[in-house]
Amino acid sequence: MATTDEAPQTDESAAPPTQRREKRLGGHDRLVIGAMLALPIVLVVGLVWVPALGSVALSFGTWNGFGDLDTIEWVGFQNYQDIATIYPPFWPAIRHNLIWLAFLFVFPTLLGILLAVVLDREMRGSRFYQTAFYMPVVLSVALIGFIWQLFYSRDQGLINEVFGTEVDWYGDPDVNLWAVLVANAWRHTGYVMLLYLAGLKGVDSTLREAAAVDGASEVRTFFHVIFPVMRPINMIVVVIVVIESLRAFDIVWVINKGRNGLELIGALVAQNVIGEATRYGFGSALAVIMMLISSIFITIYLRNVFREERQR
Amino acid sequence: MSRPRPTGFPGGTSVPRSALTTMAASRRSVLRGMALSGLALGSGGLLAACGGDDSGGGSGEGATVKFGINEAESAGPAYDRLAAMAAAYTEESGTEVSLNAVDHNTFQESINTYLQGSPDDVFTWFAGFRMAQFAEAGLITDVSDLWPIDGLNDSFKQASTAPDGKQYFVPVQYYPWAVFYRKSVFDKNGWAPPETNDDFMALMDDMQGKGVTPFAFGDKDGWPAMGTFDILNMRLNGFDFHMSLMAGEEAWDGDEVKQVFETWRTLLPYHQEDPLGRTWQEAATAMGNGECGMYLLGTFVVDALGENGEDLDFFTFPELDSSIGSDALDAPIDGFCVAAGGQNQEGGKAMAKWLGSAVAADAANNGADAPFIAANEGASTSTYSDLQKKSAEVVGAAANIAQFMDRDTNADFANTVMIPSIQEFLKNPDDIDGVTASIQEQAASIFG
Repeated sequence: MATTDEAPQTDESAAPPTQRREKRLGGHDRLVIGAMLALPIVLVVGLVWVPALGSVALSFGTWNGFGDLDTIEWVGFQNYQDIATIYPPFWPAIRHNLIWLAFLFVFPTLLGILLAVVLDREMRGSRFYQTAFYMPVVLSVALIGFIWQLFYSRDQGLINEVFGTEVDWYGDPDVNLWAVLVANAWRHTGYVMLLYLAGLKGVDSTLREAAAVDGASEVRTFFHVIFPVMRPINMIVVVIVVIESLRAFDIVWVINKGRNGLELIGALVAQNVIGEATRYGFGSALAVIMMLISSIFITIYLRNVFREERQR
Repeated sequence: MSRPRPTGFPGGTSVPRSALTTMAASRRSVLRGMALSGLALGSGGLLAACGGDDSGGGSGEGATVKFGINEAESAGPAYDRLAAMAAAYTEESGTEVSLNAVDHNTFQESINTYLQGSPDDVFTWFAGFRMAQFAEAGLITDVSDLWPIDGLNDSFKQASTAPDGKQYFVPVQYYPWAVFYRKSVFDKNGWAPPETNDDFMALMDDMQGKGVTPFAFGDKDGWPAMGTFDILNMRLNGFDFHMSLMAGEEAWDGDEVKQVFETWRTLLPYHQEDPLGRTWQEAATAMGNGECGMYLLGTFVVDALGENGEDLDFFTFPELDSSIGSDALDAPIDGFCVAAGGQNQEGGKAMAKWLGSAVAADAANNGADAPFIAANEGASTSTYSDLQKKSAEVVGAAANIAQFMDRDTNADFANTVMIPSIQEFLKNPDDIDGVTASIQEQAASIFG
């Protein structure tokens, strides 16, 4: 928006016609433009900024949700201090969110690329495999947690039944995070695969031919020609991974409400605010911490995008 | 101080609508609406069906009473019983009842926004702290003028009383927590329900000797293990200590609580391993198929076994300290409250009183496949199963009745502190000092 406003003023040769056009804007047009600007602003402010700032404000108080706002007791940084010092699930939650991020970055992404490259070769039945791998993406994450329960259940699950083991996949805090990550990767891989598959289809075939003529091996071609060309896709995948791992919540919520080895910041916020527990101040403080962590990634991403736009 | 307001509170409606109405509302209700719609992550919208419109109703003579129930139509007998009561009330009093059925968990999780929005006149709820906190916040109506209610004895009156000494609740049914076992398994092995602690230990040792795990145990959902804590605390420290501990008036890192965990630790080898990955249904199955000998749970254990409970029996947890005895137990009571925000206060109260009667209980039990155990002693027991008849006897004989930890204490504390802490203990039973110290720190922060 800012760039289109400034453009006429900097570009002097184009100034007269633009000005004339601006003058000619009738009342109707102005109304339309005004509405088109006002509506998104109202939505963004009302649905994003006001609740966000409200959370920040609430995070400095304690309130159980009963009665008017004047029943809020302001406690300064007490909630933050409690979270960092006497709230045992907090640090594990931070660690788990970071593990989640790293895991999604590495395994499903690599596997997704591999599957995309293989399926791109148009072998027999590749459509079938494509659909099969993509199928889990259609399912909600909550449902996936439930489906995998059938594999993971300690007493009645498939894995323990087949291998005769007694591993408590969802209950043992040392393994359950990894078990959940595998279940989550099952879904995420298909997503990444599809994105790269689309990217590969979009790569100009002359590039491959040129590389082949130059005598490059297939592996070399992929890493030095194809992969760099797919930069937009890479960027999208990075963004999706970051978003997915920060908002990770539903799968652990259906498994055990984000407790016992599956603590995630999002689940802790929900535990404190949704449901019967109504620690609105405490929960808001957790939400603010989550917001700060997200904004680090958002800032990095936006800086990257803007830098690219400037280079163009 | 905190006056409930029936109108002007957008929390009960869906988020988009509240976002639009904010334009016209006062600054305060804008802030309030925003705080809730933003922070509750949309949970305000869950009860949209409950919001109702403000136009209908009215509180005149013979006006409709709105009845909010925490069982959806798909819930089977639980829903049928409530619906049958509503129908019977209409028939008997001529008052029209408008039923608002909401799924159980949704109802519970949205109760805050529901009560502060435009609630139904009468709604299903629980005795204990869960009731008392709403009484304190002025969200439910004082119904002490309805009491005494014919057929409801003193312990039920006690359970309906908030800390201010007034009644805010009308009980309708309850179920005990006890140690369940299969009659056939006990008969085959020549086992008998233990009378004393020595019997109890001998029984568990014998079970282990025969390759049967004495206790089924699952705590994936976090709350079932609270029942074990409750009963051990009541057996070791007595009912009064248990209740004041729940009220936040005793130290969680004191010797009494440590003793509870110590005892629990010595009992853990008699429980199924790895409880944190097992749901209570799976644990119940283990008891049902004979892998485990006993299971400490509520009577709802029958539901997980998919049978009518003919082969099930139970005994109350045996005495651990002879100076304390074994006459206290958890027996959560369900019943009804009148919402202070309801439009038809008189009609709501009249209906609540009727719902506590023996006639209402009979109507419920005759209208559904599975009966509940009526709180009213005048209610007919002809539809009861043997298990239910025995439950009624056992609870009737108990000197003290607790409501279960998550009903007896602050919900914030129960859900965000006790569940993770008990799970931490089960993971690492040797660090009792660490767990109790952590509970105490958090309790101090929450109870203030």
